[in-house]
Amino acid sequence: MSFFLPCPFCGPRPVDEFAYFGEVTQRPQGSATLRELTDYVYFRENVAGPQREWWQHRTGCGEWFLAERDTRTNEILDISPPQPSRST
Amino acid sequence: MRLPPQPGERIDRGESVAFRLGPWGMTGYSGDTIGSALYAAGRRVFSRSFKYHRPRGLLCCSGHCPNCMMTVDGVPNVRVCVEPLRKGAVVTPQNVWGKLDRDLLSVVDKVGGPFTPVGFYYRTMIRPRRAWPLYEKVLRNLAGLGRLTEDAGHTRRYDVEHRRARVLVVGGGQAGRTAAFAAATMGPGVVLVDEDWRLQGTELEGVEVLAPASALGIWEGNLVPVDCGTVLYRFRAERIIVATGALEQPLVFPGNDLVGVMFPSAVRRLVRQFSIKPGDRAVVLASDEKGLAVADDLREAGVAVPRVVDLREGAPGELAAHGRKGRLGRVTLDGQAVDCDLLVTSAARQPSYSLLAQAGARVEYEPSLGVFVPTELPAGVEAVGSVTGQGLVKADSLPAYEGPGKCFVCVCEDVTTKDMKRAIVEGFDSIELAKRYTTATMGPCQGKLCQLASIRLYARERQAHEATIGTTTARPPWTPVELGLLAGRELTPARRTSIHFRHEEGGARMLWAGPWKRPYSYGEKPEDEVRAVHESLGVIDVSTLGKLLVEGPEAAALLERLYPNRFADLRPGRIRYGVLTSDGGRIMDDGTVARLADDLYYVTTTSTGADAVTAWFEWWNAVWGYGAEVVNVSGALAALNLAGPQARDALGRLTEADVSAEAFKYLDAQEIDVAGIPCLALRIGFVGELGYELHFPSPAGEYLWDRLLGEGARPFGLEPQRVLRLEKGHVIVGQDTDSESTLLSAGMSWLPKLDKDDFVGKFALEHFAERDDRERLVGFTMEDDVLPAEGAQIVIEGRPAGRVTSARRSEAVGAVIGLAWVPADRAEGGTRFEIRVDRRTLGARVTHGAFFDPAGERMRS
Repeated sequence: MSFFLPCPFCGPRPVDEFAYFGEVTQRPQGSATLRELTDYVYFRENVAGPQREWWQHRTGCGEWFLAERDTRTNEILDISPPQPSRST
Repeated sequence: MRLPPQPGERIDRGESVAFRLGPWGMTGYSGDTIGSALYAAGRRVFSRSFKYHRPRGLLCCSGHCPNCMMTVDGVPNVRVCVEPLRKGAVVTPQNVWGKLDRDLLSVVDKVGGPFTPVGFYYRTMIRPRRAWPLYEKVLRNLAGLGRLTEDAGHTRRYDVEHRRARVLVVGGGQAGRTAAFAAATMGPGVVLVDEDWRLQGTELEGVEVLAPASALGIWEGNLVPVDCGTVLYRFRAERIIVATGALEQPLVFPGNDLVGVMFPSAVRRLVRQFSIKPGDRAVVLASDEKGLAVADDLREAGVAVPRVVDLREGAPGELAAHGRKGRLGRVTLDGQAVDCDLLVTSAARQPSYSLLAQAGARVEYEPSLGVFVPTELPAGVEAVGSVTGQGLVKADSLPAYEGPGKCFVCVCEDVTTKDMKRAIVEGFDSIELAKRYTTATMGPCQGKLCQLASIRLYARERQAHEATIGTTTARPPWTPVELGLLAGRELTPARRTSIHFRHEEGGARMLWAGPWKRPYSYGEKPEDEVRAVHESLGVIDVSTLGKLLVEGPEAAALLERLYPNRFADLRPGRIRYGVLTSDGGRIMDDGTVARLADDLYYVTTTSTGADAVTAWFEWWNAVWGYGAEVVNVSGALAALNLAGPQARDALGRLTEADVSAEAFKYLDAQEIDVAGIPCLALRIGFVGELGYELHFPSPAGEYLWDRLLGEGARPFGLEPQRVLRLEKGHVIVGQDTDSESTLLSAGMSWLPKLDKDDFVGKFALEHFAERDDRERLVGFTMEDDVLPAEGAQIVIEGRPAGRVTSARRSEAVGAVIGLAWVPADRAEGGTRFEIRVDRRTLGARVTHGAFFDPAGERMRS
């Protein structure tokens, strides 16, 4: 892991400056079953290929953003700001 | 023997340099390497080989082969042929029992053959299994490289530095220098790395030269670690130009490791650069003009050259080298014996493609050259010069010479042709398997001098083409590197509060608390500080607490959803304790939350949790998008907790604000001036006494500290604070809880408000509420006055059943008290269990609530 990640605010920076917060997950709504809850808390897709994930420019501007990264090559396919929603 | 002064020699005959080889005093000239000085002094044997302890001498004279590795000033495995000679250097041979010229262990070479075939230790020494540690110890002593001294780790210091370059050129030969010049005309930021110390201090216009230095590998994102001796530069380069050139390859024939068998370039270096006459009679076998030209150099130096063989015109059918005591004396060529003490040979030059292959290039056999060349270079990486195969001359696959003597394929690991053939017979028929089984290419040269020979041998034996045999994977580091350099200091600054130096002046014993340096206590007796807080007045520096401002019209809604308990109904000017949980319902951090205004909250976190909590708040707000901002003000504000029965009086003397019990109640937050400093004063009771936590701008830290001490407050450190909070049964997140703990199991089931619409961790806590916990966190009182260690085992009916997380001796309680995780069915107040202390088991009883002042009258007073 020594690739560059393009921060939407600061431009390309070494990945050491960022915090990784895992793949984008869907938080269960309302009364979740134990199964749904367990899936959400403990299980991840862990794909070999493009994956949408959370990153924060921790030692830079501090902003959170979403990146689509190919987990096999670390190629960054897309960068986007978060799309907030209160119902998640 | 030195030649008369030569043009272009690099030694300075005016300055002699004294050094030692073991007990013997030696001299060389300034500009010598240790290797050249030893050679000039007549020393021919430099080391003993890895397995057979055969004498070995200079082979490549360029820092690639293992033959000249010696210990220099306590540093093992130094390749002395490229190590600059320093005054007073102490050089000692390694892997030798006795003397370099008479190594007792060379007996392995004489009789060991039948007993030490390839992989013998996997087969003959595997039974009985219990004996392996003994075998291993013996083998380690017999075979191997240098040895580290016990204190080696403390003699040198290594650093890591991050750097950027526009263009990084690896290799300072003709091609590399030309590329560096060309890049420098386009702008600054060009760095040239070369292994040869002759380039040290070289001025190339617009180019920064690092020498002697080695690029260890190429990682993704064009990251190149460069070994500069005691500094490791982590270079990020926009473009990497690899100009690592091509290396001469050894011929394989009986006796090819004898002392006196050398590469043409090594001989040329000795003659031209160090003005050394390398021998008396030499035979030259080479496959290119460069190699053959060495014959002229030798004749000029006064060396007789009775035979020169151009391998391109046909290789001799028979070739063998013979000698006495490991030193070359005679060469047989097609039945004809030639006496000589020098045999100069090379079987073509092979591009040094390792760095390129690591970067992701493919390596392909090039039939027109008879060697492997790199292709399909990744973006941002270029190659120039002979590493691309440019300028190389085809050398036909040479015959496999066999004979009664050992033919070495790999001199690093003492692997012979016989070993390789045996590996094929045993089924290790791919080159990758052969590498692992025979260890060929796994020695210090990392395949630089043995990879091609192994592949050629495999191709011949398996009657396959070199291209189908392929190469082994190139892995970093491409050249040996000291472990210390890889473990170099990546400096992490210690965090100190603005009052740090007052603590030191006050005689505090400082200790690490996460990234912070904090006072443990200010004297020999932490219990005196505890007593001061209980009886009169104490003050502790709590500037390390995380401090966040959460501000905005929807600040209340954000906190309401982040915390399990309620904060929307908290009145401005009031404080509430909060615990953060994950969506899995586990405890993450805790602290106090003060509402300063309708749209402004002041949140404190644990000392190590500030950054994580800030990121956590910001992340959830990126998910939800509430109208609130989170600002981490931890560093900007200092904090002091003034605690004890006299706290109100002392504070009253320093402020004009009304701090009476009626005007400033327990869990009130007020902005007041204290000794002229604007403070946020929080009336909270972590240590269980009447107390005020003052938060104020850091620059005023020492001033306010001094003023509080002036009012009679006694400083107390972390240790007394831990006793005080334990007396109250207050939990420290991360000490008493772990990643499995929930609010329910940690005894805080009153805290989460499950009737709230949503909060982080709600559905997990709902599920937990329906199940019984397996474990609970409870307080305990020891029956005896014995202090169990933190982490001590809890024993129930002779079986381990839990653990102690905190324990202290409390004067105020008059007993040893603590917190522990016990099985849920043992959590009832008064239940007895046992704790293992040293070799005994001692009784303890569950105690619920605070041990001291259970009604909390003191902190509310």
